[in-house]
Amino acid sequence: MFAPLSPEEWTVLALSLRVAAAATFVALPLSFWTAWILARKQFPGKALLKGLIHMPLVLPPVVVGYLLLLAFGRRGWIGGPIYDWFGVSIAFTSTAAAVAAGVMAFPLMVRACRLSVEALDHRLEEAALTLGASRIRVFWTVSAPLCLPGLLAAATLGFARAIGEFGATIVFAANIPGETRTLPIAIYSALQQPGGEDAAFRLVGLSILAALAALAASELLERRTRRQLRGEAT
Amino acid sequence: MTELRADFGWRPKRRAAPGFSLAIAFEAAEGATILFGPSGAGKTATLRCIAGLERPQRGRIELDGAPLSDAEANHFTPPEKRGFGVVFQEARLFPHMSVHANLLYGAPDRKSAALDEIVDLLGIEELLERRPQHLSGGEAQRVAIGRALLRQPRMLLMDEPLAGLDGQRKEEVLPYLDALTRHAGCPILYVTHSVEEARRLGDRVVKIEAGRVAAMGGTELIGPAVATAL
Repeated sequence: MFAPLSPEEWTVLALSLRVAAAATFVALPLSFWTAWILARKQFPGKALLKGLIHMPLVLPPVVVGYLLLLAFGRRGWIGGPIYDWFGVSIAFTSTAAAVAAGVMAFPLMVRACRLSVEALDHRLEEAALTLGASRIRVFWTVSAPLCLPGLLAAATLGFARAIGEFGATIVFAANIPGETRTLPIAIYSALQQPGGEDAAFRLVGLSILAALAALAASELLERRTRRQLRGEAT
Repeated sequence: MTELRADFGWRPKRRAAPGFSLAIAFEAAEGATILFGPSGAGKTATLRCIAGLERPQRGRIELDGAPLSDAEANHFTPPEKRGFGVVFQEARLFPHMSVHANLLYGAPDRKSAALDEIVDLLGIEELLERRPQHLSGGEAQRVAIGRALLRQPRMLLMDEPLAGLDGQRKEEVLPYLDALTRHAGCPILYVTHSVEEARRLGDRVVKIEAGRVAAMGGTELIGPAVATAL
């Protein structure tokens, strides 16, 4: 029961971490950019964009998975050109698992980023401008560093959501051992087999450990960042 | 010799202050020019237009003959290219940087001679390694003034730099402002509603009321000192 992980379990864990990390890594800058636009810019169609971004939050994940399959399938409006030009198909690969996880995590990450962008003191950016800093320099030296705690929160939230993603993943990426069988899907598979409760139980334990570790790491990181921003000794 | 000429009109974009508009014309050159008037008269808005933080809908603002903003010609120099140093009512120091890093943020060169001179002038040598959160209001405002000066501005724009401070904190800054207006090489445009600050620091006064220039002249314009507690 508490024996070291079997090779299959290692594969599942490593794949889950890889998929969730890739999803978070790609979604983070995108969600920060989106949050920035939503918080700072006024433009026609803003409400529509907002609604679109929040879709994965309100739609059943299976529906999101199916829509992704339609879009990224070999004849889909994104997947079609990709297949024609590069000869690769995204659906039913670990890339698909990462895309599904990223899309599902995206609205949560935008929300976390948006809070930090809205909390940003615009007057500091004004001051930086009057000191002769270009807008790009103001962004990198004032705005972005002050948003760092929010970015970390977004990354944690996104990673947690991504590692738990099931519904969209199983439709869009299916259940291929070593390729798309992430922790939740492996648990589901184990439970489908007669006598698979033990295997499922070990995977459940693994999920809990992984989640706790991620939470602890992000908490440490966030505290450190906040301390640095406040200028206390680390 | 630096010369600022302003003749412009501005209305707030949003309906924050319905009916309010600015129509301002004045000139400022060497020494300290005070924009003096009651709260809500449009002094801060005037300063923000000059700094490039607001865009006038009418007229011109020029520095040494070159337009910074010319509404009719659709010309607008963004604030980062205007070469002003701005001190706001709040210090607006960057909380994630040390005082030292704050001071050098806008400095065109990092030569320590200029830094030492200004640190000396403002009496902030003790504070250099601290973070803004660990400064008193008066100290923070002195650092903000230093930061604006180290940018080597063509003109220093100050928007009620003492208004956010209580009496004792004001006394932490006022003597340095005094020294600054006497010795600084660059001209100063100073917004205040305080009679005492205007008298003490000003060479010339532009009196602003309800978004218009009511009078221009020497410090005698300020009128008899109504006992304003500093």
